[in-house]
Order: sequence, then C-alpha cells, then structure tokens
Amino acid sequence: MMPMIDLANPTRFLAIVNRILPWLILATVILFAIGLFRAINAPDDYQQGATVKIMFLHVPAAWLGMFGWALMSFAALGTLIWRHPLADVAGKAAAPIGAAFTFICLVTGSLWGRPTWGTYWVWDARLTSMLVLLLLYFGVLALYWTAEEPSRGARAAAILSLVGAINLPIIKFSVDWWNTLHQPASVFRMGGSTIDRTILTPLLIMTLAFTLLFITLHLAAMRNEILRRRVRSMRLIQAQELHA
Amino acid sequence: MSLGPHADFIVAAYAVTLFVVAALIGWVVLDYLAQRRILGDFEGRGMTRRSQRKVRQ
Repeated sequence: MMPMIDLANPTRFLAIVNRILPWLILATVILFAIGLFRAINAPDDYQQGATVKIMFLHVPAAWLGMFGWALMSFAALGTLIWRHPLADVAGKAAAPIGAAFTFICLVTGSLWGRPTWGTYWVWDARLTSMLVLLLLYFGVLALYWTAEEPSRGARAAAILSLVGAINLPIIKFSVDWWNTLHQPASVFRMGGSTIDRTILTPLLIMTLAFTLLFITLHLAAMRNEILRRRVRSMRLIQAQELHA
Repeated sequence: MSLGPHADFIVAAYAVTLFVVAALIGWVVLDYLAQRRILGDFEGRGMTRRSQRKVRQ
C-alpha cells in the first residue's frame, strides 16, 4: 500500500488524480442516472405534493455546502500547523465548489419555501446561518483572489476557515436551539429517519451522486491549482532570467 | 408524470441547479485546458522548472 506521505508530493498526487478521475466521472454519471430516475418516479408527499422533488437537490446541496467548509477547515489545519504542500491547494480548490452548493441550497430552499410556507425567505436561524455560510465563502474567495502574495492570502483564508467553522454546528442545531420555520432533522436523527423509504432511497442516492460530483470537481480543481502554481513559478524563472 | 400546481417552482429549482453545476464543470475544464496550454508554451520554448532540471542532471 502506498504510504500517505507520497500524497504530499504534488507530482505523485497529479499522477494519482489523472488515474482515478475517469473512474470517478463514470461512477458520478451512473449514480446521477439512477438517482434522477428514482427521483422522477418517487411518489408525491401527502402534504407537499410534487414539490418534495426539490428535496432531492436541496438536501444534498445543504450537506455539501457544509462539507466543503469542513474540508476547508481541515485543510486550514494542514496549512497553519503542518504546512502541508497540498493543504492550501485543497482549501483553495474547495472554496468555489462549496460556495456553489451553498448557493444551490439557498435558491432551491427559497423555491421550495414559497409553495410550502407561503414565502421565499424568513430571517430564521437555519436560513440565516446558511446565508452567513455563503457570505463566509465569499470572504475566503476574496482573500484568495485579491492577495498579492499567495502564501499570505492562504494563511488569512486558513484562519477565516477555522473561525468560520463555528457556524457549522450552529447550522446543524439551529432547528433544535431556536424556534424556526424550517423543519427539524428528518434524515439523520436519533430514532431513525422520519422519511418514507420510497422517498428516502432516491434522496440517499442523489446525495451520494452529488458527493461524488463534489469529490470529482475538487480533485480536478486541485489539479488545476497545482498547474497554476507551476505556471507562476515558470513566470518567476522567466522574469529572473530576463533580469540576469 | 404530473408536477401539480407548483410545477414552475420544481422546474426552476432543477434548472438553477443544472446551470450552476454546468458552470462549475465548465470552469474546471476550461481552467485545466488554459493551464496546460500555458505550460505547453513554456516547455515549447525550452523552459523547465528547477525541480525538473535537477531530475535531468
């Protein structure tokens, strides 16, 4: 078995990513085909009717918005404590993907809320904490994209990632701690899921498909970031040779 | 399959998701092609990174 330390080498990491990406893409496409087929044919909810089909997008997007930030927080530890060469690459690559899924969560939630709650938006704890997550993503992206010195931007983004992680338990438990319009946890909860199996199964398949999509995009974005850093070092070498 | 009286909301949710996911995939693919092209230009001019030079020596 390959030692974990080998993954710290960007060239070795690129070779591994190039080998596994086609298989990840294939698995993602197959899971989406199965998940969408099951989602389309899932029965309507007895209260919400066909709008329950929005759940097959909204729940995976919410999970991945939070997963993306958790990944960035873990990568931040690697950047700040161990100075792992791929930790900053992983954090920077995860930020736009996590932001995109958080955006999908908020928009699909609004489109689901209008017919079921009678409003697109309320300033309750779950919705507001999710909006705060999106704003935190924008903050991290701004730090990465505007820093003149990439390593300084990476350190600032890592600190914000760790500080922002406090928002994750607030999102998760907001429906228990405060009186909100949003429903309480219904998939992963003590005593088992409250969702019927005919709806729960396509939801879990779609969640797995979206998670594989996130992993595939993240690895591809990490590969791009490594190549971008190589381009940057080549430009520095070119500039030094021109001045010599 | 009938989407009922709120079909517009369901279709809009799937359309927005499809658009954002397509944009993410497009961004990753175009970025990869751009970085590869720039690196290819450097290598075409005989430029290599320091680590590659060490390997060749």
